[in-house]
Amino acid sequence: LTVLPYRLSASADDKIAEFTGGADMADSGIELTAPEIAENGNTVPISVNAPGATAIMVLATGNPTPGVATFNFGPGAASQSASTRIRLAGTQDVVAIAKMADGSFAKASAAVKVTIGGCGG
Amino acid sequence: MASGVKPRVKVPKKAAAGEAVTIKTLISHKMESGQRKDKEGNVIPRSIINRFTCEFNGAMVIDVTMEPAISTNPYIEFEATVPEAGDFKFTWYDDDGSVYDTAKSIKIA
Repeated sequence: LTVLPYRLSASADDKIAEFTGGADMADSGIELTAPEIAENGNTVPISVNAPGATAIMVLATGNPTPGVATFNFGPGAASQSASTRIRLAGTQDVVAIAKMADGSFAKASAAVKVTIGGCGG
Repeated sequence: MASGVKPRVKVPKKAAAGEAVTIKTLISHKMESGQRKDKEGNVIPRSIINRFTCEFNGAMVIDVTMEPAISTNPYIEFEATVPEAGDFKFTWYDDDGSVYDTAKSIKIA
C-alpha cells in the first residue's frame, strides 16, 4: 500500500474557480452537515442545504480528485437540499458551494477526521 | 455493463397536493473510482455512475453530476414538491453508456 499525500489539492481551487467564475463567496446561506469523525472513509454521510440555490457543488479538498458531486435543482424540488454518501481519502476539509438564483455564491466547509481512508491507495 | 445493478427508490404512495415529500434512492453499483490497484499493481479502470436525474411529470426535480468520490451503491436523498398526482421518473447514467431507470407513481390523498 502506498500512502497518498493528503495535501490541499491545487485542483480544488481550479474546480471552485470554474464553478464560480472567480466570484466572491458569502459565508452564509448554505449549510453543510458532515460528521466530525468518520471511522470509515469509504462511506461518509453528508448533507447540504442552501435555500434559494440553483446548484450546489461539493468538493473533497484532500482527495486525489477533489470533485464529489454537483446537485442541480429543478422547479420540482421542494427544497434545495440533498444527502448522499461520499468517499474521503483521509482527514480533510469538505467544501460545499452554492450558486444562488440571483447569481451570487455561498460557501461552507466542514473538517472531517478519517480513521480509514476510502480511496484504496 | 456493470453487473447486478439494481435501482431502489422510496417514494410515499400518496401526498397532499403541493406537499413536499422526501425521496430516497439507492442503486447497487460498485462505483470503481479509478484510484484503486489490483494485486499486480495495475490500476483498476474507473467505472462509475456519473449522473442521476429525477423528474416529476416531465419537470426536473434534481440533476446530480457524480464523481468518483461518491460511495459504492450511491445513495441520494432529496425533497420534491407534488402539485398533482403523477409519476416520478428516476434515471442513472453509467460511464459505460448504460442507462438504468425506474418510475414510481404517487396519488393525491
